[in-house]
Amino acid sequence: MIVLLGVLVVVLGFATKRNPLLVVGVAGIATGLLGGLSPGKVLAAFGEGFAGSRAVTIFAITLPVIGLLERYGLQEQARNLIARFGRLTTGRFLALYLGLRQLGAAVGLTNVFGHAQTVRPLAVPMAEGAAERKYGALPDRTREKVRSFSASADNIGLFFGEDVFLAVGSILLITGFVNTTYGTHLEPLHLALWAIPTAVCAFVVHGWRLLRLDRQLERDLLTADVQPGPAVEAAQ
Amino acid sequence: MIKAEWFYWLVGLSFLVMASQMVTDRSNPKRYGTGAFWGLIGAGFIYSSWVVTKQAPAEPLGVAVLVMAGLAGFGFTGRGTPRTTTAEERAASAARFGNRLFVPALTIPVVAMACAIGVKNLSFGGEPVLQTGSETILGLGIGAVVALVVGMVMLREKRLSVPVQSGRSMLEAMGWAMLLPQMLATLGAIFQVSGVGDQVGKLTTSILPKDSLVIAIVVYCVGMFAFTIIMGNAFAAFPVMTAAVGWPVLIGHFHGNAAAVLAIGMLAGFCGTLVTPMAANFNIVPAALLELKDQYGPIKAQLPTAGVLLGCNIVIMTLFAF
Repeated sequence: MIVLLGVLVVVLGFATKRNPLLVVGVAGIATGLLGGLSPGKVLAAFGEGFAGSRAVTIFAITLPVIGLLERYGLQEQARNLIARFGRLTTGRFLALYLGLRQLGAAVGLTNVFGHAQTVRPLAVPMAEGAAERKYGALPDRTREKVRSFSASADNIGLFFGEDVFLAVGSILLITGFVNTTYGTHLEPLHLALWAIPTAVCAFVVHGWRLLRLDRQLERDLLTADVQPGPAVEAAQ
Repeated sequence: MIKAEWFYWLVGLSFLVMASQMVTDRSNPKRYGTGAFWGLIGAGFIYSSWVVTKQAPAEPLGVAVLVMAGLAGFGFTGRGTPRTTTAEERAASAARFGNRLFVPALTIPVVAMACAIGVKNLSFGGEPVLQTGSETILGLGIGAVVALVVGMVMLREKRLSVPVQSGRSMLEAMGWAMLLPQMLATLGAIFQVSGVGDQVGKLTTSILPKDSLVIAIVVYCVGMFAFTIIMGNAFAAFPVMTAAVGWPVLIGHFHGNAAAVLAIGMLAGFCGTLVTPMAANFNIVPAALLELKDQYGPIKAQLPTAGVLLGCNIVIMTLFAF
């Protein structure tokens, strides 16, 4: 039972808003030592963990080209482009993005979109551009909201699209674990089929929330017009 | 054969180059700490190749990882003033290049797609062109390199230092968040070998009543959700909850359809991924990348959807899996 203290360290650390890197470092050391690992083993675990999980950081390879294009006005052009589609509101655009992300993931293209290569340079300027066309410059609070929802569209599209694809990690993990542990034979295809109902729910639920975002923006920004500046901040 | 390691070396090398720029950047009050942090990550990326093949000891890398966590965690890293264009210059440049600016940006997904679908099946002299199992990562890496070449030619930008500087500014903006996903993956591995999963499994089994199907379904799905929040990863929660409840109770005792129970259970875990800071690469890194003041912004946007979808999964499993 005592190894569960490591879990407690994580929960307390995040609850008290300590730096997450420190929280994770301390929790890892504590759990390893309580679980009977030698200090050398704990160090080796940190090293092996870093080496084995480099794939999650490989998106950094796209940063120079995205940075170069942003320097030459990529975000501005994304705004200009969306301004031509008069009927495309922030919510409708993000719902469209959600659908594309889900379809892409469902056919195995999990790396085709993503936060570094698509959301920051393209989706966020477009979502903001659609709102700006209608309401003018956005207050910081609204900008944060639009950006948060852009990030959510990418995550939800990815999570609830990828399991429909056979060769994705989670499906292979399920078949690998169950087939070796319980000596049965599960087909990836059946698992993928059972991911479809939830994928449909995810699109309907989050798509509806994204469309509703338009109404929230309208309410936020119209009240902001009546009471500009710090008065609004105080009221909230 | 094009190997994934080459791209890890490329990333490591570019971190090292950026770290040397950081050390000489006098606009950053914490330039030495920042340079040390990214230099260690870069060196770690390259050294890792030999750790993975067990040709080098992992302990020195572990020390380096803890030093990086300390540097960032105790506030020794900062950011300089990015050298970039003004808003007017960008608007003028956007007007000049127009939609051509999208060409390099779209090159990344197009090349990634081509690698994942087409090049994956090509072989040269009996050897696959792309390292088997790493096609999507290679697609991203090759796409980024090709896009950089396309972008520099199109923009007539001759100095390689310009994209490197731009990339460095984005790295500095992300700061410690960049290392967090790898740290969390490590924590997951340590939890695993220390037996945290077994303990949680025992706890769950001891409180679960054996006679109610609906309660068992709720415990499995909510357990996947809660344990994923703690571990930051549904893959870590899955073996634990499946061994505790999913297989013995739902499939063994109540004769559920195994494929449906397990697939939907995993998706209940994904709902947990949406609401936890432990899933840093999906929730905290984007907040840094999009320069949000509230690092929990994406989680707040996802929370209601995650709650509703957890309910959907419970209902779908109850209706269709038995």
